[in-house]
Amino acid sequence: MDTYEPFELSDKPLHVAELAASLPVSHVGAFVSFEGRVRDTNESRTVVGLEYEAYLKLSLAEGNTILREAQANVIAARCVHRVGRLVVGEVAIWIGVTATHREEAFRTCRYIIDEVKRRVPIWKKEHYRDGSSEWIGLGDSRASERSPTPAPFTRRS
Amino acid sequence: MATQKTLQMQYFAAFREAAGRSAEELKSAASTAAEVYDEVALRYGFAFDRSILRAVVNDVIVPWTAEVRDGDTVVFLSPFAGG
Repeated sequence: MDTYEPFELSDKPLHVAELAASLPVSHVGAFVSFEGRVRDTNESRTVVGLEYEAYLKLSLAEGNTILREAQANVIAARCVHRVGRLVVGEVAIWIGVTATHREEAFRTCRYIIDEVKRRVPIWKKEHYRDGSSEWIGLGDSRASERSPTPAPFTRRS
Repeated sequence: MATQKTLQMQYFAAFREAAGRSAEELKSAASTAAEVYDEVALRYGFAFDRSILRAVVNDVIVPWTAEVRDGDTVVFLSPFAGG
């Protein structure tokens, strides 16, 4: 089996079945996974795609700290977060937790997604159907960038 | 007179786009993280409310009053939006 860090970033699409199969099976009575996906709307605007950007060094350090905290209560836990450009429907984050019983598997999976969102320096830029785009989380502190003409959402080479 | 120092700046996400670069060497007289922010905010027209931002020096999140030294790497973090 390939070795992996409990928390990783990936610039390629996630293969969730392979990720689930990478977790150990011994003594496991429960497996809980979470997939965060790219939604097609946000605050009534139509989203056509988005991009994630990570502060690599700090993201990996903090993400693995969270996973180590989480692993204390379960058999195994793993999380992979996408970076780069994603289209609607793609898996942006995958979390898998195995445990002897379901309670700690559910609780730990929830802990990981909540803490990753709160503590890991990853940013999201949404691209909208009208050609505009916006970094999420800056609120009203900055006007959104409006392109003069709607640009199709295309993958940057 | 404040001592001139060389800082290694890294810009991510909204900062990267506003600055038009992801990294640069900055000659600065700033003595704190807040002063570095004010300097680059003026240079690049960052219009972010600083109360929602955080400063990082040498890969560690620090208070805005933290001292910066010659050779330090400085990063500003906008609110996270992963997951």
